Amino acid sequence: MTALGKLVRATAFKLTLAYLVVFVVMAGCVLAYVTQSARELLLEQTRSTIAAETSGLAEQYRLGGVRRLVHVVERRTRLPGASLYLLTTFTGERLAGNVGELPAGVLDEQATRVIEYRRDDRHEDRQINGRALVQVYVLPGGFRLLVGRDLEEQERLRAVMWRAAGISLTFITILGCIGGWFITRRVLKRVEDISDTAKTIMGGDLAGRLPVTGAGDELDRLAMHLNAMLERIGELMNGLKEVSDNIAHDLKTPLTRLRNHAEEALRSSRTPDEYAAALGAVIEESDNLIKVFNALLMIARLEAGGEPQDSMAEFDAADVARSVVELYEPLAEDAGMTVSVDMPAHLPMYGSRELLGQALANLLDNAFKYAVPPEGTARGPTPALCISAARAGAGVEIIVSDNGPGIPEDSRHHVVERFVRLEGSRSRPGFGLGLSLVSAVARLHGGRLRIEDNHPGLRVILELPGKGASA
Amino acid sequence: MTDMKILVVEDDPEAAAYMVKAFQESGHVADHAPDGLEGYALAREETYDVLVVDRMLPKLDGLSLIRSLREQKVETPVVILSALGQVDDRVKGLRAGGDDYLPKPYAFSELLARVEVLSRRRHAPAAEQTTYRVGDLELDRLAHSATRGGKEIALQPREFRLLEYLMRHAGQVVTRTMLLENVWDYHFDPQTNVIDVHVSRLRAKVDKGHAVQLIHTIRGAGYMIRDSAR
Repeated sequence: MTALGKLVRATAFKLTLAYLVVFVVMAGCVLAYVTQSARELLLEQTRSTIAAETSGLAEQYRLGGVRRLVHVVERRTRLPGASLYLLTTFTGERLAGNVGELPAGVLDEQATRVIEYRRDDRHEDRQINGRALVQVYVLPGGFRLLVGRDLEEQERLRAVMWRAAGISLTFITILGCIGGWFITRRVLKRVEDISDTAKTIMGGDLAGRLPVTGAGDELDRLAMHLNAMLERIGELMNGLKEVSDNIAHDLKTPLTRLRNHAEEALRSSRTPDEYAAALGAVIEESDNLIKVFNALLMIARLEAGGEPQDSMAEFDAADVARSVVELYEPLAEDAGMTVSVDMPAHLPMYGSRELLGQALANLLDNAFKYAVPPEGTARGPTPALCISAARAGAGVEIIVSDNGPGIPEDSRHHVVERFVRLEGSRSRPGFGLGLSLVSAVARLHGGRLRIEDNHPGLRVILELPGKGASA
Repeated sequence: MTDMKILVVEDDPEAAAYMVKAFQESGHVADHAPDGLEGYALAREETYDVLVVDRMLPKLDGLSLIRSLREQKVETPVVILSALGQVDDRVKGLRAGGDDYLPKPYAFSELLARVEVLSRRRHAPAAEQTTYRVGDLELDRLAHSATRGGKEIALQPREFRLLEYLMRHAGQVVTRTMLLENVWDYHFDPQTNVIDVHVSRLRAKVDKGHAVQLIHTIRGAGYMIRDSAR
């Protein structure tokens, strides 16, 4: 595409063109209206001047007869810039005035109209052709009086106005075109920048970002949103890569152990007890693998939004929270952790009781695993766990907080991802799927999982807006 | 446990052979049907104690099979086996008329324990006792009290339900999953040995200081309460 073609095809250019046409048409209309109005106004003014003069002359006639009228007319025709006058007898014989030739029949009718005429100019001894507005008045005694005003000045004014209109419209058009061209080029330049960056990104360089000029205009906003999107895509790509690495690691490790146990049992002849122990280990490893697969499948299913309609119902979230706490309380006691519960007697919500129970179980299990200092390390304050729940809008919010080491801020969004286990936690049992599942459960209920600082410790907030009780 | 007659409806020959063999080794009689229609025919003709039905079967799927049997007033207890293992699967299965549900892959000990419990329920039906007795341990459901050798045992409400469930199935193996399902009404994987901790606490209250231990751990399966003195 040529540069010009690009320019012409650009949206900005088309818009400018459209605005220009509209603007020019409107300006033209306004100018035409003003010109027309001015002309009518002037004509009206002339008409009333003529009428006043005519009645003044008629008064002179009434006072002093035709002699006096002739005298007055003679005098007036001599004044500079005089009106047009003609006084004739009823036969058309001229008595006084400065009008030369008239179209035939003008004097026969008592009326006001525009006529072509020829003017006598005694001083300069020449005749002027022109258009005039005249009023013919029939005096008592059959004398005919014609009073008029030349329209030449008005015609000139009209011409000037039309010329002005033409010039200004031309200027508007030219300036508009130039402005449009500049704007289009500017916008086009930025759009080009954006699409160039997009091309390099499509080429595989996900680190590229669109230029933001800081003007805060819609292109900037677009660029910022696209950048945010790129950021998210980058994260997802990294997450995906990490997940596949982790899957490889977390599934291969137990598979390897499984294989080792079986191989070891086969290698040399053993007592039945040793065989039993080896097989027991094999079963344990395969159970672990099954657990990982189950958790993975469940997360995938929940994230795909495959709504488990049949298990969704009204239930009491407070009841679930209390029973899960009660289920895990002995473990807390064994870990030397105090557990406190703070929630109303009932918190009815709509959702899956089973999944909420599972989510809470995962959160409590995490707290026991990570918030309690391992045996033999320096003991800090007594490990404490607090589970609170409250109504939040139409749904429920459940907070599980502890006073353990917490999660560094930059890792918080990370731990929700599948198979992500933070540094130092890989030595403890687990697959790194617990929080992923909790997050999936929250999303299934239209909510989300928030991880915050408990100063000190970890605060996990499960937002469960519910989906409208009877929906 | 007296011998049971079990029908296994499963299309995978290897899995079916394994189950039939394992049931036989546990002292039971097991028949096999490779598809839904044959399973339906066998279940109607013969009298079984328990049916083990795979969810996905050729010719007639598991859930339809159960529904048809229930329509024909065949009330044989059914354990559904399913490879789907999804959240609402269980609900669908039970709604179709199944009595219990086990996701694949399962431990045979788990399946056996469940089959035995269902079979027992069938032969000693509904009318739930108000008191249970195992050795010198007594539990009164109405008074909500438990005594051993006449001495009151102080139990938390959940401990009481745990003991009640164990005693109701005295002499039978109950697995950890069964305890979680029946005492806590949850079906998820608790991640840890939390059930063991509850049972050992209960055991401390029930058996401590007594020569005869009533609550037994069955290796690789679960727990059983029984009077071993007899």
